[in-house]
Amino acid sequence: MFAYIVRRALQSILVMAAVAFVAFALFQYMGDPINQMVAQDASAAEREALRRTLGLDRPFYVQFLVFLKNLMTGNFGFSFRIGTPVAQIIAERLPATLELVLVAALFALFIGVPAGVYTGLHRHGAMSRFMLTVSLIGVSLPTFLIGILLILIFAVLLGWLPSFGRGQTVQLGFWSTGFLTASGLKALILPSITLGLFQTTLIMRLVRSEMLEVLRSDYIKFARARGLTNRAINFGHALKNTLVPVITIAGLQIGGLIAFAIITETVFQWPGMGFLFITAIQFVDVPVMSSYLVLVALFFVLINLVVDLLYFAVDPRLRVERSVSAH
Amino acid sequence: MAALLEVEHLRIEFPTRRGTLVAVDDISLQIAEGEVLGVVGESGAGKSLTGTAIIGLLEPPGRIAAGEIRLMGRRIDNLPYEEMRKIRGKQIGAVFQDPLTSLNPLYSVGRQLVETIQTHTDMSPTQARTRALELLHEVGIPAAERRIDHYPHQFSGGMRQRVVIALALCVNPKLVIADEPTTALDVSIQAQIIALLKRLCRDHGTAIMLITHDMGVIAETADRVAVMYAGRIAEIGPVRSVIKEAKHPYSHGLMGSIPKINDEKERLDQIEGSMPRLTEIPPGCAFNPRCPHVFDRCRVERPELLDTGVTQASCWLYAHG
Repeated sequence: MFAYIVRRALQSILVMAAVAFVAFALFQYMGDPINQMVAQDASAAEREALRRTLGLDRPFYVQFLVFLKNLMTGNFGFSFRIGTPVAQIIAERLPATLELVLVAALFALFIGVPAGVYTGLHRHGAMSRFMLTVSLIGVSLPTFLIGILLILIFAVLLGWLPSFGRGQTVQLGFWSTGFLTASGLKALILPSITLGLFQTTLIMRLVRSEMLEVLRSDYIKFARARGLTNRAINFGHALKNTLVPVITIAGLQIGGLIAFAIITETVFQWPGMGFLFITAIQFVDVPVMSSYLVLVALFFVLINLVVDLLYFAVDPRLRVERSVSAH
Repeated sequence: MAALLEVEHLRIEFPTRRGTLVAVDDISLQIAEGEVLGVVGESGAGKSLTGTAIIGLLEPPGRIAAGEIRLMGRRIDNLPYEEMRKIRGKQIGAVFQDPLTSLNPLYSVGRQLVETIQTHTDMSPTQARTRALELLHEVGIPAAERRIDHYPHQFSGGMRQRVVIALALCVNPKLVIADEPTTALDVSIQAQIIALLKRLCRDHGTAIMLITHDMGVIAETADRVAVMYAGRIAEIGPVRSVIKEAKHPYSHGLMGSIPKINDEKERLDQIEGSMPRLTEIPPGCAFNPRCPHVFDRCRVERPELLDTGVTQASCWLYAHG
């Protein structure tokens, strides 16, 4: 168990190094950031001077090593555009994105799993068919369209919910939260539904097909033959056996939520990291872009690690201690 | 002895797009308290379906189309699901073919035992665990105190089937339906499992309906045997009589195909042809195209179970008058 965690941690470090390299290398080819930073009529000498101050004149690998060293020490560099440390900009934006992702993920899990169980158990029911049909919308409509439709209905036509922004936030240390004010909570509703709808329907469909599969298995038949209650069979035996694949997919999807937040944040003008990233692209703000990529990769790696550990909690067959099979 | 289980004129149908398939047709049998009834037949003869129907777990679209099933005089084939659930496990236990897949892989065997015991009794968790330990001892799991917290994948096939038997017997049911309980096991383990099942049921006075295609198992274990063919009972009677002097040509042929240890024959006797599919059951006696003694009546009229002396056979050879 411990050896496994160490092995996974080492793998994660390798993955992070590779991502850092790709993130860094990609942006070497995204145009010259100097053009964005100097005045139109700046002389060649001025440009060179700036290039040297930013370290952009040094060879590629030296720049990468400096980048890596800085990452390790939590120094993400300075934004080319506004000149403030990237770490500080991200720290301002991170809470907005994480809160949005958290609510979207909870929405996806708490709607998706029960809906999946329900449609799995009542396979031929009218309600199940209705839910499956509706879920097609979530699977097939692009996020930006859902966002715009929701804004149109709930913000423009009905006027119930705000169409953009986070509402009022409360500062708790470095963390600005929208959970503590009414307007902050209201502002979370539309973006998190927009962000989580795809994942909700995906999880629902996954849980449903896994439930159908498990309910056909011999141990469910035997559990029925033992006279267990339907409740114990459906939720104790069947649902738990669907969890391993569901945890895998849900974990990957939560990573996906962080990445897809870019679109939702743009639609709702949500002051999070995705929105920051889009702005950074427009201004070829390389340090912000590479830090964003590295951070998203870090979330993915962490989530995968948690997912792997959850497997152990759920499935005893994976706890490979000494084999005790005796004949 | 009073009949514990009575099955009367049971008919199981599967409605399909091309018409209704009759998988089990007009089966009647009784099991007395503490009796071991063997049910033999080829695959598709309807043995397992009959067992499944008795515990009320026929999978739709399969359904009981006619007949009655009574347990201790009480009709159980038309009970609501929740009523029947309380009978399953408590009064009728079941052991299925594959012990590798009968246990939920995510729960320890102790937890599965405790869960079953607590479903059917008022025992506290501690009492139920004590009972679970006793059961594991009784089915011969070594070091039960340690093994009780192990998961199914940590047990071998034979040990898992012992756990399954413990689960089936955990609240002392009156009847156990054992559907091919040894088919998936090693030959060396099969005899142990059968002996265990037989000993436990004798000790607790539990009746067994032992479904198998292994005549050897039947010969060793059963008191009476029902030979099934194409959804009907071909012959039913005391196991010794059916093996030694089978009256129905099918069961006679079946017994002829058991290898004998001091036999010089190169090939085993076999019955020509194969059992008809459900869609192609011939009129009259289902066995008539393969029967060596076939005559005109067999091709038009279906025989009921007729008395042959010791056993009952559905064969016109025994029609008197």
